[in-house]
Amino acid sequence: MKLKIIVILAVVGFMIFSASTFVLDPTQQAVIIQLGNPVKVYTEPGLHFKIPFIQEARIFDKRLLEWDGRPRSLTTLDKVSIYIDTTARWKIADPLLYLQSVEGNELVAQARLDNFIEGAVKDFIADNTLIELVRSSNREIVTTGIDEDGNEVRSVLETQEVNKGRGAIAGDILKRAKDNAKSLGINLVDVRIKGVNYVESVRQKVYERMRAERLQIAARFRSLGEGEKSKILGDKEFELSLIISEANKQALTIRGKADAEASAIYARAYNRDPEFYAFTKSLETYRIAIDSKTSLILGSDNEFLKYLKGVSGR
Amino acid sequence: MEYKKVNIGGEEFVIPKLPVSGMVGVVGGLIALILVFSMFYSVGPDEVGVVMRFGKYVRTESSGLHIKMPFGIEDVKKPKIRKRFTHEFGFRTVRPGVQSTITKAGHGDESLMLTGDLNSAVVNWIVQYQIKDPIAFLFNVRSVDGTIRDISEVAMRQVVGDRSVDEILTFGRGEINDEVQSLMQSILDSYDIGIQIVSVNLQDVDPPPSVKPAFDEVNAATQDMDRLVQEARREYNEAVPQAKGQAERQVREAEAYAVGRINVATGEANRFISMHNEYVKAKVVTKRRMYLETMGYILPRIEKKWIIESNDSGILKLLDLNQRKGGQ
Repeated sequence: MKLKIIVILAVVGFMIFSASTFVLDPTQQAVIIQLGNPVKVYTEPGLHFKIPFIQEARIFDKRLLEWDGRPRSLTTLDKVSIYIDTTARWKIADPLLYLQSVEGNELVAQARLDNFIEGAVKDFIADNTLIELVRSSNREIVTTGIDEDGNEVRSVLETQEVNKGRGAIAGDILKRAKDNAKSLGINLVDVRIKGVNYVESVRQKVYERMRAERLQIAARFRSLGEGEKSKILGDKEFELSLIISEANKQALTIRGKADAEASAIYARAYNRDPEFYAFTKSLETYRIAIDSKTSLILGSDNEFLKYLKGVSGR
Repeated sequence: MEYKKVNIGGEEFVIPKLPVSGMVGVVGGLIALILVFSMFYSVGPDEVGVVMRFGKYVRTESSGLHIKMPFGIEDVKKPKIRKRFTHEFGFRTVRPGVQSTITKAGHGDESLMLTGDLNSAVVNWIVQYQIKDPIAFLFNVRSVDGTIRDISEVAMRQVVGDRSVDEILTFGRGEINDEVQSLMQSILDSYDIGIQIVSVNLQDVDPPPSVKPAFDEVNAATQDMDRLVQEARREYNEAVPQAKGQAERQVREAEAYAVGRINVATGEANRFISMHNEYVKAKVVTKRRMYLETMGYILPRIEKKWIIESNDSGILKLLDLNQRKGGQ
């Protein structure tokens, strides 16, 4: 019997203990509600006490919470249709106010944040040009091109001056939405622009432009190639002409000189006795010029036939 | 002592029937067992044990076997602080291995982005991170993974938005990795998330699929350009050295002609001089000898020879020279 009483007492004691305490870990905070009225807020982790059955602990997250917007189609100041995707981080800063304003329901809180953030996004997108949303600074943008020789060259692209940039616009959105969120007991910690993309119809036009740009570069390369080829072939023709004519010049000069020298040699020799030269040359020529087909009529008074008529001659 | 027979799985076991005090012993033993199990815990080699007493952080334990207070008075969480976590953007590894299978389908929203020159590019990258501060990691941010993914996209898009499509596709990649990493780290530090970004690595970076053929066309065109130039150079190199060789030959031939011509001339001149030297010594005789020798050479070779009186030219008319000669 004694044992049973001990067991019953232990069980009842445990029930009372668990009904009068609650545990908060470092990720949690709680609001104590007494008969429907919030009376106390706990934000420190550990074991806390409450009056059992009369007080109720509503536990909320104390951590940084996420908010993710759906990509929305919006139009910028310069009338470009874009999808913009934003993301934000928030905290339940005032659990009491949070409990009163959104009944402590996170889905309700997220829906209210949707309104605040997306409303601010819409306003600021409409007030800024696309380039302000894409760029974050006035960093020099380098592009590649081709020079006259077909070599790749890098140059700084001329771009519009960026006054604000993506970061500053996100900052503006945060500032506006933060004030609204405060009324829900929410501290909106950060809003970031996650992505900006063209809507489908604009995208196709941009792709078309990119294609055209590249094809133009491709055409340029080919034309440079053709040009270079022609130049080299022209060089070749020039070189060939130079080589051949130079060779002709040299060869003719050499031959001419040789002819002249030979002529001089002949002249020097033959000038010793022009008459004898004429005689010997004639004889040589006879040997060559007169052959079997020649008919020769000799007069009887020819020198050669001198002795045919008699030993004493004529 | 009484015994009780129990049938378990067709076999009979004999269990001693315990008195009431024995029941208390069994319950006590069970409680002791639960106590032991809820007191001991082990921390793996890549983990750290973060111990909380009634939800309040009290201590951190390194790897090994440890004791804590039982019955949920103390609770332990074991984040893997030495593990390197990887997130993929724009693609997912379906099957890792030597040749990993990856898929890019359905992840275009992550990878398609605008560049600073208002072009589009498809950027794939991976982020590796480690837990820097296990307490901050456990307690400060609800969705750590989601936050890292969001901020990685924010940082990559911001960095890409400040660069030209050329910088992203070709020469600016290392710089982008570094900049995204430091930007991510500074944003995440502002959330006190307890994460260290180990590395950001760009993977495939491409123009949008429908523009890619045009980019490839540029590559093809540079190849064509090189090919045309090479072709022309080849033609040049085929023709010019050959022409040079021929020119050399032409000159050498001319030189050969010159040498021959001069030597022949010199030879003939010398011959003439020699002959003339002898001729001077006996002019009449030599001249006659030469004449007669020549006649002696010529006359036997001539088939038709006539000898006529020099003052009688009438006989010439009787000779049918043409018929004799031509015969055609």
